[in-house]
Amino acid sequence: MSLPRLDEDAVEQLPPDIAKKARALLLSLVRPHLAMAIFLLVIVVLTALFLVIGPIFIADALDKGVPQAVDGDPGPLIWSVTAFVLSAIASAVLAFASTRLVGITAQKVVYQLRSRLFTHIQRLDLGYHERSTSGRLVSRQTSDMESVQQFLTYSLFDTALALFEMAFIAVTLIVLDVPLALVVFLGFIPLFFITKSAHSSQRNAYRRTRTSIAKVIVHFVETMGGIRAVQAYRRQPDRRGTLKDEDTLYRDANTDALRGVAWFAGWTRLVGNVTQTVIIIVGAWLVIEDWTQIGVLAAFILYLRRFYGPLDELVQAFNLYQSASAALEKMAAVLDTDPEVVAPTSPKPLPAHTSGQSANASDATSAREWAQAPSGRSIDLTHVRFSYGDGPDVLPRFDLRIPAGEIVALVGATGAGKSTLAKLVTRFYDPSEGRVTIDEVDLRDLDDAQLRSSVVMVTQESFLFAGTIADNIRIGNPDAGDEEVLAAATAVGLDPYIRNLPDGYETDVKKRGGRLSSGQRQLVSFARVFLANPDIVVLDEATAHLDIPSERLVQKALATVLEGRTAIIIAHRLSTVEIADRVLVMDSGRIIEDGAPDELVSGAGKFAQLHKAWRDSLV
Amino acid sequence: MRPLLRFWPDLRSRIGVYIAVLALTLLANGIQLVIPLITGHIIDGPIADRDLSGLWLPVLGVLIIGIAEAVALWGRRLLVAPVVAQWEITWRSRLFERLQYTSVAIHDSWESGQLLSRAINDLSQLRRFFAFGIPFLVTTPLIIIIGTIILTFLQPVFGLIMLIMAVPTIATVTVFEKRYREASRRSQDTVGEIATEVEESIQGIRILKSFGRSPWAAQRFSRLSGQFQNIEVRKAKLDSWFWSVLILLPTLAQAAIVAVGTWGVVQSWTTIGTVVAAVTISMVMRMPIEMLGFLLADALMALTAAARYWEVIDIRHDITDADGRIADAPDVGRYKGELDFDDVDFHFADTDRETLKSLNLHVDPGQTLAIVGATGSGKTTLASLVPRLQDVTGGSVRVDGTDIRELPVNEVRNLVSVSFEDPILFSTSVAENVSMGAPGVDDDAIWQALEITAAKDFVQRLPEGLDTQVGEQGLSLSGGQRQRLALARAVIGQPRILVLDDPLSAVDVDTEDRVQRALREILPDSTTLIIAHRPSTSALADAVAVLDEGRVVALGTHDELLESSPLYRELMGAAAVTAGTAGHTIGKRTTGGGAQ
Repeated sequence: MSLPRLDEDAVEQLPPDIAKKARALLLSLVRPHLAMAIFLLVIVVLTALFLVIGPIFIADALDKGVPQAVDGDPGPLIWSVTAFVLSAIASAVLAFASTRLVGITAQKVVYQLRSRLFTHIQRLDLGYHERSTSGRLVSRQTSDMESVQQFLTYSLFDTALALFEMAFIAVTLIVLDVPLALVVFLGFIPLFFITKSAHSSQRNAYRRTRTSIAKVIVHFVETMGGIRAVQAYRRQPDRRGTLKDEDTLYRDANTDALRGVAWFAGWTRLVGNVTQTVIIIVGAWLVIEDWTQIGVLAAFILYLRRFYGPLDELVQAFNLYQSASAALEKMAAVLDTDPEVVAPTSPKPLPAHTSGQSANASDATSAREWAQAPSGRSIDLTHVRFSYGDGPDVLPRFDLRIPAGEIVALVGATGAGKSTLAKLVTRFYDPSEGRVTIDEVDLRDLDDAQLRSSVVMVTQESFLFAGTIADNIRIGNPDAGDEEVLAAATAVGLDPYIRNLPDGYETDVKKRGGRLSSGQRQLVSFARVFLANPDIVVLDEATAHLDIPSERLVQKALATVLEGRTAIIIAHRLSTVEIADRVLVMDSGRIIEDGAPDELVSGAGKFAQLHKAWRDSLV
Repeated sequence: MRPLLRFWPDLRSRIGVYIAVLALTLLANGIQLVIPLITGHIIDGPIADRDLSGLWLPVLGVLIIGIAEAVALWGRRLLVAPVVAQWEITWRSRLFERLQYTSVAIHDSWESGQLLSRAINDLSQLRRFFAFGIPFLVTTPLIIIIGTIILTFLQPVFGLIMLIMAVPTIATVTVFEKRYREASRRSQDTVGEIATEVEESIQGIRILKSFGRSPWAAQRFSRLSGQFQNIEVRKAKLDSWFWSVLILLPTLAQAAIVAVGTWGVVQSWTTIGTVVAAVTISMVMRMPIEMLGFLLADALMALTAAARYWEVIDIRHDITDADGRIADAPDVGRYKGELDFDDVDFHFADTDRETLKSLNLHVDPGQTLAIVGATGSGKTTLASLVPRLQDVTGGSVRVDGTDIRELPVNEVRNLVSVSFEDPILFSTSVAENVSMGAPGVDDDAIWQALEITAAKDFVQRLPEGLDTQVGEQGLSLSGGQRQRLALARAVIGQPRILVLDDPLSAVDVDTEDRVQRALREILPDSTTLIIAHRPSTSALADAVAVLDEGRVVALGTHDELLESSPLYRELMGAAAVTAGTAGHTIGKRTTGGGAQ
């Protein structure tokens, strides 16, 4: 079997000890259910026991009961049949219990695994998400998870059952006749080697299926997500071609895996059947030489068939296990990735607000939820330098202090480093050197919940989550009541649009009539900020999709709410400058101008130029 | 059953292999009935007689049958593997094809995860069902029936016992089937919801992170996966009833055979040998009967998966060529590029509210028309009509006088280049992303397009220049950079008609201005529809149309409109700029001058 070389992305590369990590992951998932596992083990043992002894009762009924009943003594027959029926009922009850308990436990484990993966992916830093694709992570939660679930639901119990059944029969065989039993056990030598070779080839094949299906998913997600561009640029034939390439790899891996099962199952059965023939020959010889009883040999042959019976199930289970462990490896690799932006072990609190700058009770629309508005906080960037990994400096070392309550406009050409600076202040990234503090507390020492309630960023990306419009606004503050949602929407000028929708605030954004234009989506983002009520607001091109009157409305609302808060505003339209106390001009990662707007506008620097160009662009 | 039967053409195309698979399955399972007979013969014959020479033939028989069984088992799996693996990807490619040509409006009505779960989870369920489910579903009842017939031949009463046992089995199946099917449908739909939620939680990660809402999202996800857990547990509970009944019934039948048989021996209408044979056969039948439970559950899940698959395949294509299909590369005629909106109405399929109403616009070849309007006034919808991403619901859009609905979809899309508000880049190189607009162009043309959109500088600085991988799987670019690449894709190859939906919203004014001028200079022949929020853009256009609630309320040049249209003045921020300027020291300048 020649394996096609997989061109694995750096992120997809599995660490060498991944198999061990996957096993550790599985173990850690099962451990909380230890009591249940032990209970299930008891059920397994009992089920296997009944599977082995049930036929003994029926054999007994046939061998002794029936002749005696014919002779007029129904006692033994009634006893055997009753015992058989009881054992059947017991088997049924055990099957009933085990199916339920296994189902319930497997689902608990899967639920745990899903949640753990989800939470971990959320914890991973933005850098990871920017390197990784959504489709790949989606494949962990869908296709890979399905594989694990299959194994847990259908195989784990059956494997144990098959093993115990074989063990009981093995004991029976030894009791019946030791030399014959030894012949049976000799059959295990080839089985051991078959399993060993299948283990490595199957593991390889299943790893390939996991990797290739993930690529299929990535391609699928990207195509469906970008369907507008796919259609407008007639990319269908090209996309079809790529899908075919990716899917062909998947198909080949899958075919190899399934063929591997064929060989494994075939060989196993062959060994079982050949052993059976050998037993008949050896047994016949022993009987003829008078070393063994005929009855013993008969029983032996009957049991032998049943002894190898569960092997099929083991083969099946073995493959589900291989598939699941390949999937678990992928998940373990994700779980094993530590976020570069880590939560502090002993978080420090932010100091209480110093002054009760309870601003702006005047403005009616937004005042209510901002009534107890906290004051802003100061931001300090000390000796900060930033680069992605070992790359060139995006932001060469600099210092910046933004006092509490200051509104700063960040200006400069695209790629000047404005967004990077914003990401440092919001701790989407940690600086490569130096420290970022708010109110003298290093961001790295802040508990994430406190950091996020204190600092909020809005970007031009205005993503809506499945659910109602109200739900989407509530991302700003899940505890907000309807009134507050309404007030926030009104403040940013979103309310009139929402009223036009079929179900108003309860309109499902992904369903009937829920289409929002990109401008309206941005207003949703703003409404979120209103609800979030942070100390520091960072706006990164957050008004780019708005028409000028809407932008103005938002700014007016902002001007009110930003009163007393610290804000960093990045915008290409310099209308923001109108509400700014201070302007920072960035170029190639450096702050080249810093001053009050009026001062800079009247100067001869870069900002004066930019401002002039902007003025010129207006009517 | 119907959703599964619809796969018949696929099955028929590989019917030879599939019949061989069925035959091998039957062989492998049927042999199990034979081996006990031979071993019985060996024990009763040669061994009892201590006749070593009489042993060889039956032992050889056991060996041959044993090998045959192993070969049948191996052959069945080996044959079916490539067939079902191929089917899975064939079905996926059909699903993918259907979706690739499905109109944007219909796409928007589907949750992304519901499409993905169909393409992945449902199809792998179907693959498993076609590989194992069907062969066993066909052969298992056959073995049960053969067994029952043999029993009937041995002794009609024994056959009758099996038949009586069938009654509660069928009753259980009936009760079980409906409930299980419902649970299965809910379960597979929930898998889709989970996929959606996972996808959103990753695509919206910046928002979740910046509001610190990851715990909230995790909670939401927990609820959903808890829901899934409950459905799966419900399935397990249904399974538990069904499986335990199927374990119990055949054993009860065996007990009945023993009891009735003994009574028959006493009454001497049967013999002990017959009873033993009957019990042996019923023992062999137990396994297939127990398996029915699993097979039925599997079949119902496959049925659900099939139904979900066909739901997508059955999506109607509403934007097509005249023959109802969509040709990938129709001939592209020569057009001047005159663009007309002729009394255009548009409303989305699921609502009566008109997004565009009686809209009339005319753009001469090579002219630029700017569309200006408030958020939600229908600008983006208007833009989407030109490349037929949506079709009008009334009136017509015409190119050189021809209704574009009469042209092949991809001819229109060949004529019309679009740049979207949200730039969409694919996971490939910069060069490929840009050259998509005009396949086959050389690097010079790409560089030229990049120069027009002021993207040349930053592309040159990328680690591998034009070959740098971008898109979701590549380097992450800033919003402004992505916009400029997407715009370069639109302008490359001198498109006849250019539709630009706010293409430079994330770019600074200076760059925007440079791009605008370059566009005019280098593409003088392209008819351009540009959605604009900034005065500088509309000032450069030959004409400006002001859109309000889906209607054109004013039309004219920038300067004319500044004079005549209060709405336009408001949209261009004219009034407030004057007010805002008061605080600043420098005076206001305009390019137009008409406003003053």
